[in-house]
Amino acid sequence: MATPLDPHAAIVAEASGLPPAAPLTTADGQPLARALNRSRRKARRQALLLVLPLLAFVVITFILPIGQMLHRSVYNPGFADNMPRISAWFAENPRGTDPDEAAWAALAADLTEAAEARTIGIVGTRMNYDVPGTRSLFTSTGRQVRGGLEPPYREALLEIDGKWASPELWAAMRTGATAYTANFYLASMDLTRDNDGNITEAPKERQVYGMLFMRTFWLSALITGMTFLLGFPVAHLLATLPTRKSNLLMILVLLPFWTSLLVRTTAWIVLLQQQGVVNDIMVWLGIIGDGQRLQMIYNQTGTIIAMTHILLPFMILPLYSVMRTINPSYVRAARSLGATSWTAFRRIYFPQTLPGLGAGALLVFILAVGYYITPALVGGSSGQLISNMIAMHMTETLNWSMAAALAALLLAGVLILYWVYDRLVGIDNLKLG
Amino acid sequence: MALPTYASKLERVWHWAYLAICTAIFVFLIAPILVVIPLSFNAEPYFTFTEEMLSLDPDGYSLRWYDSLLTFGMVAPDAPRNAAWWADMWTNARWVNAAKNSIIIGVFATLLATVLGTLAALGLSQREMPARRAIMAILISPMIVPIIISATGLFFFYSNPCEALTWIGLNVQCGRLAGTYPGVILAHAMLGIPFVIITVTATLVGFDQSLSRAAASLGANPRTTFFRVVMPLILPGVISGALFAFVTSFDEVVAVLFIAGPEQQTIPRQMWSGIRDQISPAILAVATLLVVFSIALLTTVEMLRRRGERLRGLAP
Repeated sequence: MATPLDPHAAIVAEASGLPPAAPLTTADGQPLARALNRSRRKARRQALLLVLPLLAFVVITFILPIGQMLHRSVYNPGFADNMPRISAWFAENPRGTDPDEAAWAALAADLTEAAEARTIGIVGTRMNYDVPGTRSLFTSTGRQVRGGLEPPYREALLEIDGKWASPELWAAMRTGATAYTANFYLASMDLTRDNDGNITEAPKERQVYGMLFMRTFWLSALITGMTFLLGFPVAHLLATLPTRKSNLLMILVLLPFWTSLLVRTTAWIVLLQQQGVVNDIMVWLGIIGDGQRLQMIYNQTGTIIAMTHILLPFMILPLYSVMRTINPSYVRAARSLGATSWTAFRRIYFPQTLPGLGAGALLVFILAVGYYITPALVGGSSGQLISNMIAMHMTETLNWSMAAALAALLLAGVLILYWVYDRLVGIDNLKLG
Repeated sequence: MALPTYASKLERVWHWAYLAICTAIFVFLIAPILVVIPLSFNAEPYFTFTEEMLSLDPDGYSLRWYDSLLTFGMVAPDAPRNAAWWADMWTNARWVNAAKNSIIIGVFATLLATVLGTLAALGLSQREMPARRAIMAILISPMIVPIIISATGLFFFYSNPCEALTWIGLNVQCGRLAGTYPGVILAHAMLGIPFVIITVTATLVGFDQSLSRAAASLGANPRTTFFRVVMPLILPGVISGALFAFVTSFDEVVAVLFIAGPEQQTIPRQMWSGIRDQISPAILAVATLLVVFSIALLTTVEMLRRRGERLRGLAP
């Protein structure tokens, strides 16, 4: 039996044809609307309580770290924290002021202190991001100022190294004096600030990021196109074959999907390297001579082939699930009305596959834009993507703010695509396997 | 796919060409995985088929690379294989330790992701759930956001987990999570959660809510209802979600590279350094074992999916 508060009892009563004249009440005489609202509120609270632990978990282990990364992309206290006096001088004197003796004294005092506290390396590294080659200037000066400097400080520092007079260095130190800076974003768009603080193009030899973003975008588009070309016929075959056969062939699609990414990448190295299986077969068939073995890996070709293979199931599966639902009688009707098979395909069948195609293409593109492992292992130098640059800044140059800024730009791109995907396909429709 | 009887000659040619193209694509899909298996039994340290292998000469094949998985990193690999040798292998062999780490991290991350993910999926599939789309978008995002970005974020977070508290004025110092097992487990659980959410909500789409109402009306309390009625029905979805989460953790290398210490060497990380430094056929032996592992997983998931469909009455 239903409990007295259960609104369903009243709904059942209503459905059974009782006259609706009197306001509906539950069995214990409460107005139905209020009882219904109360039970809805309760259900909503329960649903929220179930979701809340996971939401908190994801916010702490995912959203918060991303937030910290975004913070890091505009915040780098390496100079400001360890060089307080000169930073204060920069704050008091506007841009364009020539460094006076007070500035030089502050600089000398900061350098001495940083050298003693062994933080001079951090300061030098921070300056090195803006003016390449200055890290050694800071560390070597640090070694020589240990015992303290005698005024006049300008001459004393210039005697150690003439580079201290460089206006470029002073402009960079002024930027570093504030911990919050947009410079890393400027740098990741191949822009820089000149000595007067105006935004200009970076020197040609330092313009790498724009090219990398373009290459990432272009290669991802190319790989998406390749997965479409290869995935479409296969998905169509799987969708039109009898279930038993298509289930069997489906294994050939799902097995790569379930196999470790590193295994598949290794497999491509084995296949494509110069002494590898593909080259061997071509030599054996006489297509190429033994001396003309093709370089198919550790370059862009390697990245394209391996990534197409790895991402192909992500195109086939959504295409397949859409094609399964297409009624074959539409094409038959078109044929019976006189369309050639090409026309029937182009005007009747293909338009119906577009939802699956859109879903697959977006998914592949989103995944390709952020790919790291495969390009790192088989890409050589010409097949590196923006992710590899982020990893390089994280693990080799240790320019973490730069890595964070690049990651933030990539994140923005991916989120836009994610939003489009949600609009077009709906994340609820994401299926696996 | 049969060709209609009214097909023209050109269409017949195209039909066979189409089948040939599809075959070629299937070869492209599966060949890289299959080629690794025989090469892992190569007696020589090469990545190609030797003359002996092609002529099926038993001398061309050996298990030396599988053996090297056990001996690599041991103190005395050449000692007689007694109890001491096995103990040495169990504590010192690199790949064995990597396997142990991968399993420990994978199991705990999977447990965490599955429990939290299943509860959330139950909440998300209720009709009264407010802001479902937005919450769903947040919970799925670890799968969409490139792993390199998540790993970068985790790197900053793990080196100073309390930094966010300083933004709101609290100055708290707390320990590091980088280079610890809990750190890696939390990260892997986070990466596995979207898969659990997706598979379990997909299972719940076909779940008849009136079953739990029926249980309640028959006097079962919510806990009994969940364990005796809901759980058995959604179990296939939960298990495949858990398998997805486990595979995600078992195959994950970027986050491990960024946040784990030398203690948390996992199989993918060991493979990664193996491929980067000098690639030896030992890698192919690992790859073969992993392929066998994925075949087992695929079979399990497929069986679970069919069982789930049968249980929910979607398929005969």
